[in-house]
Parts: sequence; structure tokens; C-alpha cells
Amino acid sequence: MDKFTVHTGTAAPLRESNVDTDQIIPAEYLKRITRHGFEDGLFNSWRKDANFVLNRPAYQGVSVLVAGPDFGTGSSREHAVWALMDYGFKVVISSRFADIFRGNSGKQGLLTAVVEQSAVEQLWKIIEEEPSTPVTVDLDAQVITAAGFTTKFEVDSYVRWRLMEGLDDIGLTLKHVDEITAFEAKRPSFKPTTI
Amino acid sequence: MGRTLAQKVWDDHVVRRAEGEPDLLYIDLHLTHEVTSPQAFDGLRAAGRPVRRKDLTIATEDHNVPTTDIDKPIVDPISRAQIDALRINTKEFGIENYELGNKEQGIVHIIAPQSGLTQPGMTIVCGDSHTSTHGAFGSIGMGIGTSEVEHVLATQTLPLKPFKTMAITVNGKLPAGVTSKDLILAIIAEIGTGGGQGYILEYRGEAIRALSMEGRMTMCNMSIEAGARAGMIAPDETTFEYVKGREHAPKGADWDSAVAYWKTLPTDDDAVFDREVIIDATKLSPFVTWGTNPGQGAPLSANVPSPDDFTDEVDKKATEKALEYMDLKAGMPIRDIKIDTVFIGSCTNGRIEDLRAAADILKGNKIADGMRMMVVPGSVRVRLEAMAEGLDKVFLEAGAEWREAGCSMCLGMNPDKLTPGERSASTSNRNFEGRQGPGGRTHLVSPAVAAATAIRGTLSSPADLVGSSN
Repeated sequence: MDKFTVHTGTAAPLRESNVDTDQIIPAEYLKRITRHGFEDGLFNSWRKDANFVLNRPAYQGVSVLVAGPDFGTGSSREHAVWALMDYGFKVVISSRFADIFRGNSGKQGLLTAVVEQSAVEQLWKIIEEEPSTPVTVDLDAQVITAAGFTTKFEVDSYVRWRLMEGLDDIGLTLKHVDEITAFEAKRPSFKPTTI
Repeated sequence: MGRTLAQKVWDDHVVRRAEGEPDLLYIDLHLTHEVTSPQAFDGLRAAGRPVRRKDLTIATEDHNVPTTDIDKPIVDPISRAQIDALRINTKEFGIENYELGNKEQGIVHIIAPQSGLTQPGMTIVCGDSHTSTHGAFGSIGMGIGTSEVEHVLATQTLPLKPFKTMAITVNGKLPAGVTSKDLILAIIAEIGTGGGQGYILEYRGEAIRALSMEGRMTMCNMSIEAGARAGMIAPDETTFEYVKGREHAPKGADWDSAVAYWKTLPTDDDAVFDREVIIDATKLSPFVTWGTNPGQGAPLSANVPSPDDFTDEVDKKATEKALEYMDLKAGMPIRDIKIDTVFIGSCTNGRIEDLRAAADILKGNKIADGMRMMVVPGSVRVRLEAMAEGLDKVFLEAGAEWREAGCSMCLGMNPDKLTPGERSASTSNRNFEGRQGPGGRTHLVSPAVAAATAIRGTLSSPADLVGSSN
């Protein structure tokens, strides 16, 4: 995983609430067995509409998505995170994220920045008035800046540390393998096994 | 201070707790399937890591499999490749896989409870958000992403921060004709699709205690639709009775130790929940969705709402957009909504009691002219049990299709799909845009409402059939 400290890029306003993971990437794309190449599936049904924000010339090359509340609800598919990242997104900003989506993002290095809905509205206004406005997301300071507007954002402190260090979760856990083995030795005999 | 059910189960699985870090939680059972596992196995292979506990891991083929002609090769080459990948991966890593055609095959959340693998007080994960189903036994069941699937395969643990707890107390008895599906849809409409974010829900109260295990599974299954990663119900005699005698259930002295432990799990009287919601069961009636998220629901007897009914701008806009997608007019009676296809099945309502409830209503009736009705058992065992009871004949004689086991039309990634503009009454769990096929329109309903709707052709409850010419 690449280290994440500060990211600056242009941003797309997604004026939708409850953007579920079926909208982010439909199930049809989940049949693939690879981890990359999902950009064509991102918002597949909405992208058929020429007026959809990501189809507009002003929002080509964006890397920050500013969305309404409850982003990433529904299915646990990590493909939603892969599709956003394959498309080029580094950061999603919203006032509320679904738990599983937020967890999956943290594993992959997609930053989910939580701000007040009023800050989302402010950012929407800025990037709709001037789509080329650079938006800077500073993970160290936990601050987003755009055209003079500044807002703090929330992120889980452990996820923040892992993103800034670019650390692999499995490697971290395997440092504690002795504790896992000790725990296993004490598991009750009535617990079921599959074999 | 006492602890809640969720806190007790959590605490008993903490391998390691350190300041500033998430807890490292031990996982008792890992369920896998073809869709969210291939990239995880690739990750293990790339890092040269084995599966730590093959004996706590199981696989099945459910999401993308067809529900007809299962003796023939899968037609769609991409689906076939994904099934082949699961077979190769489980063989290479030594994991038992219930292949299509095996008598144990079925939807992952149906097969684990039916074989007794799901028991109280466990931690159960799967790369599928409806893993919350297993909370019905007093376990923590959680959906996880593919990176977490790889993590569990490699370490049998997950680093997780403890969740807050929310009590949803359902007082009184459910009126006749009102089922657990109506109850959970009403709860989601009450707390919203984001209401459970960051929480483990615990369903409590008289109406919950009166539910069968199957009804409890339907409730917990849809916890994720309220934003909660897990939903739980305290184990009791109903739970023990269900588990006892199943092939993976504890036997002999182990059974006694297990029950003694399970009885310690219910929430202590002096435990404090972070949030409490109280529902009056006696005021409920059959409940259905009209919109494009599971929180957009109303009693069947109500009218389709108008954007003007909402004060919040976000809700107003979401309602407007949902009505447009669903092609519904604000103010029209929900009962007048005409349905093209009825789907009975899924991990929410694909168990034997669900099929019995639907068959009871269909018996001696025919489905409406032009109606398509699919009945898809959740597992091969459910299918065989239903056939032994003659339910398949009831469905076929009514004009419905009787299919093989699988996720089917719940999620539009196998041949069972809606066509653009087609409208369904579905016993599944999600009414998102295009969920059951691009352009498809979904109304979430209970099995009883699904069956009555199939007969009348418009959204209906069994009570509507009385005196009807059908």
C-alpha cells in the first residue's frame, strides 16, 4: 500500500445521499477474479446519462469525490473501493459513511474523510462554481482546504497511522502470532469445526 | 456495571488488546463463496501464506450460480471462471467446498445454521454483508471485505474497534398476519439506513422472544439495511432447541458445557446500551417498500408518500428521485401498485418456514394472468424438505416456477434478473436501483405478502384475499 500524507487534486460533486455499493459498482462486475481493472464499472448505470457529473468535461481527471450522507451503504463488496481507486479517486468526502465500506477503504488506501454536511455543501458550491479548484487533503493535519475554505475532517486514528505509514494489516497481525496460538489453546472443546 | 450480549461475546474473543490499537478479535467461523474470495486467495498465494484454520473455514457456491439446468455447464463464461477459481482455490488450500449439485450446497447464510455450524456466542464472518443473519443465535455475525477475507484466512483474526450497542425493544405481540419481515422493514423505516452505523443492534422484548429461529434470522439478516454491521438476539430455549441434534452441534458432555456457557450470554439487567429504540408490535401491519433504499417503506395500507411530506432537504430529494425511478405517483394507494414478477427466496426469506407461509396462501389458487412467480429455496436441503412436504406441487399448480437453490434474483449477478422497467415484489433484502437487474424496480415484502400479491396481481396482504373473486 502506498503511503498517504497530503493529496491535492480536483474534485467532483456527487449530490446524492445513500449511494449504495450496487450503484458504485453493479453485481455484474463482481464476477471478475482480478483485483484491478474495475474503472469501467464505476457508477455504471449513472454514467449512461451524459449529464452525470463524471461525464462532464469540467470534471475529467478528478481524484476527490464529495458525496452526500450515507455513502457506501449495502453490500460488503470491496470492488466498490477498487473501482473508485482504479478510476483515480484518492479521497471520498462525506458526512457519513457505511461501516463496511469505510473499513474496506482503510485497507486499500482510499481515504474516507468525514466532515459536517455543511462543509460538504460548502465544498459542492466551490467545485460547482469553479471545477478546476484544487482541493487539498492533508491527512497529517486532518484538514481539507479549497479556495480559501478550510475544514477539519475525522478519520479513525489507527487507520490514519496505517495510511501514513503504508502498512499491511496481515503483516502487522502476524507479529502477534504467539498470542493467537495461545488463545487457540484455550478455546472450549464444544466450538464447532467444519471438517 | 453489567455487560450487553454483544460486549460479552466480543470480550470472549479478544486475542490482544492494546492502547491506541483496535482489538485483535478471534474468528470462530469463516464462511466463503465464489464472489468475494478469489482476490483473497491470490493475495495468500503471492505472499506464500497458508490458511491458518481450514477446520474453521467453509465454502459454497451461491451468488452467481444458475437455478435451472444445474447439471449442465454454466453458460456464462465469466461466472463459470469464478466458480472454477473457487474450486481450484479451495482444493489448493484444503477447504471444504459445497459445489453446485452437492446436497449441502446453498446460500451461505442458510447452510451454516441448518448444519449446526452457527451456534450461540460465536464470532462469524463472511465476505457478504448479510452475515448479520447469524446474530439470531446470539453470535456476532459480520460482513467483511475481500482484504479482511484474506486477513482471516491468514490469521483467523480481525483487528476491529469495539462497536457501540443499540437496544431495539419490541414490546407486545405481533398481530395475526404480521411477520418478522414486516417488523424489520418497519424498524428500518423508523431508524433509517444510517441509523445503525457504528452499532451492534440487539433485538429484545416480547415480540422477539416469540419468534422462531427462522423469523429471528430474517430480522438479524436485515440489520445491515439499517446500517449496522451486526444484529443479535439473546440465545434462549428456542435457540437451544434449534441447534440440538444438528450434525455440528456439541454432543454429550460438550452439549451441557455449551448450554451452561450460552446461558451466561444474555445482556445483564444493569447493562447500559448506548442507544435504545422502542417499538410497539401491536400497532404494526404488513409493511412494504415503495422507494430505492430499504428505509423507504410504509404500511401496505398507506399511500405512496410525496416529497413534500419530508422537511429534510436530503430526504425530499431522495424521495423525488426514488418516485421517478420507481415510476410511482405520490399519493396513490400502495395496494394499487401492479406487479410483474414475484420472487420468493434469498438469505432473508429462503428458508422452509418462508416457503410454507407462501404455500399456505397459494394452495388452491392460481397466480394472476401475466404474472411471473419464482420460488427459489435457499439451500438444497430446504428444497428437498419442501418437496417432501409437497410444497413444490402447490407452487407449480399455482403457476409458479420451482427452482434449484441459490441467491437467484436477489442480486442480479446470475441468469435470474428483472428486465428494464419490470416491477417485482421480492422477499429479498435490497430495493436499490438496478439491484435485481438494470432498470428493474423492487418492492421488498414478506413471503405472505409475496404470495397474496402473486394471486391478486397488485401489492396485497393475505387479508385482501378474503372475499376476492380469485
